[in-house]
Amino acid sequence: MVLVIIVAITAFLVAEAVPALQADDANFLTETEWFPNQTPPEFGIAALAWGTLVTSVIALVVAVPVALGIALYLSHYAPRRIATTFGFVIDLLAAVPSVVFGLWGFTVFIEPVRSFSVWLNKYFGWIPLFGGDGPFGRSFMLGGLVLAIMVLPIITALSREVFRQTPTANEEAALSLGATRWEMIRTAVLPYGRPGVIASVMLGLGRALGETIALALTLGFINEITVNIIQNGGNSIAANIANGFGEAGEIGRGALIASGLVLFAITLVVNMAARAIIYRRREFTESAA
Amino acid sequence: MTAPAQTAPGRDPGLRGRRTPLLVLVGVAVVAFGVSAAICYGTGFGNWVLVLVMGLILYLVGSFFAINRYEGRRAARDRTWGALIHSAFVLALLPLVSVVWTLISKGTERLDLNFFSTSMNNIGARDPDGGAVHAIIGTLEQVAIAAAITVPLGVLAAVYIVEYGRGRFTLAIRFFVDVMTGIPSIVAGLFVLAFWVLIVTPWFNNGQPAFSGFAAALALSVLMLPTIVRSTEEMLRLVPAPLREGAYALGVPKWKTIVRVVIPTALPGIITGIMLSIARAAGETAPVLLVAGGSDAVNINPFENNQTSLSLFVFQQAGDASRFAPARAWTAALTLVALVLILTIAAKLLAGRNRLRR
Repeated sequence: MVLVIIVAITAFLVAEAVPALQADDANFLTETEWFPNQTPPEFGIAALAWGTLVTSVIALVVAVPVALGIALYLSHYAPRRIATTFGFVIDLLAAVPSVVFGLWGFTVFIEPVRSFSVWLNKYFGWIPLFGGDGPFGRSFMLGGLVLAIMVLPIITALSREVFRQTPTANEEAALSLGATRWEMIRTAVLPYGRPGVIASVMLGLGRALGETIALALTLGFINEITVNIIQNGGNSIAANIANGFGEAGEIGRGALIASGLVLFAITLVVNMAARAIIYRRREFTESAA
Repeated sequence: MTAPAQTAPGRDPGLRGRRTPLLVLVGVAVVAFGVSAAICYGTGFGNWVLVLVMGLILYLVGSFFAINRYEGRRAARDRTWGALIHSAFVLALLPLVSVVWTLISKGTERLDLNFFSTSMNNIGARDPDGGAVHAIIGTLEQVAIAAAITVPLGVLAAVYIVEYGRGRFTLAIRFFVDVMTGIPSIVAGLFVLAFWVLIVTPWFNNGQPAFSGFAAALALSVLMLPTIVRSTEEMLRLVPAPLREGAYALGVPKWKTIVRVVIPTALPGIITGIMLSIARAAGETAPVLLVAGGSDAVNINPFENNQTSLSLFVFQQAGDASRFAPARAWTAALTLVALVLILTIAAKLLAGRNRLRR
């Protein structure tokens, strides 16, 4: 039944996407512009895929170290009461709808990010990442950081479970050999948890790649391939679907469905890889968030 | 590098013996933040945030060397990593606090009776009023229909996997259920758009694609199904085998054992899983945006004409140019979060009372 659904998703998306792809006057994979409603229609996912990739990478670079830190804190440092309370809070955080994070991102969070961008641009403008001359704010950086906050609870919750399941015997063995707490974590907990942590990061990546509404509210909607992450601009596959859907005609709809098919394929591969790691090691059997 | 006095190989008295005096650490902290402030304000390089960040880094480096001097390298590593892990925790709390605070302070602005008794019908850009009653109705109906579709299907699928499933086929199903939990919500929305709205509905709508709340419910079902299957499956596995064997020993047929023994035992856990997936579905925006179309007026019939939902309402008000829109968006967001959190907390409390433990 589930297999049927996955096959059906692919089949119907392909069926709706093909006419639009045939009408496409540009190369779908390399074209950066997205004008499916003009005649002749010209659109491609290169810039969108780039935006999806950049925001997800920013999100993971920021979220993974912090999430692992929190997970270690909750599993090996915090007193029991704090650990249970904040474990609960983290679970609640994972349940907050993405539209709320999007709303918060583009009304509140944009201010510190903008001033940080201006500062980065002033002193580190010679690095292409932080170049440009504004305006700043609705950028890859804002989108990526909001995404980071959203994937943080997922990675934290899963890797906390992994760290917790380190056999107590291993930990005690390390401690009894005279290891400090950090040495115990490095020699006993981290090697044991590595496959689980990799899997949880990939699940977080899957979530970041498919996130729609938060990015639809925080990115600046300029289709271009750029390494500049602080200037207004950026677009992603999922956000483009949400924002472009309203004004899409017949071909525009098909074009959006085609881009969704690409997104589906990417997330399917990422998720399958993550699950394959989990299944092979059977490190934890927790149901995924 | 001054190595700690070694008394015997493998024993490091530095770990249990001397501690770094507190005064030294305080001194390091003062110097670190002082230097950081001097650099930042002296050169006009940044503001107080940078002072804090740079001060923290300088303190970590400084304290590493101080502890290294007094207690040895291993203790220094240990304490510095511990401090880093603690600061990761504090760092993550900041956005969380900010989100909650904004949600409450801005969300209560329009938290009045009018918000819960009017829709956005005939509300122009200059009208301060307007409410979300149409969105609340939409969310409740769509989620209810989605639950009515997925709960029987999901529970039956889980029963099949646990009680009847054998071999490779079942393993494959489990694997793909797991993979499906990671499908982006927008792809589920596109699927229902391609399948239901664009291909099926034109048959009974004079050839025109029809957006409806029911289509949104279908999309939410695609998202809810895998989570319900997974959580139910896990709960069924926790039912002790002796319970089943006892029923078989009394000559009870398999189907009756499942209906009268296995499912009642696992019921609290199953309900917890269902509530969590409902909470998640209630917050989804993208699929509703694609297939329900959105609407400004109350539409009670989910099978005909456009509908909206709370999350879609938040999204649309957030993009609205009216100066009264942000307040409406925040209040709707607060309502939505309250709804989701009540469901989640109730589910967790129920799980806490569950006698079946992992």
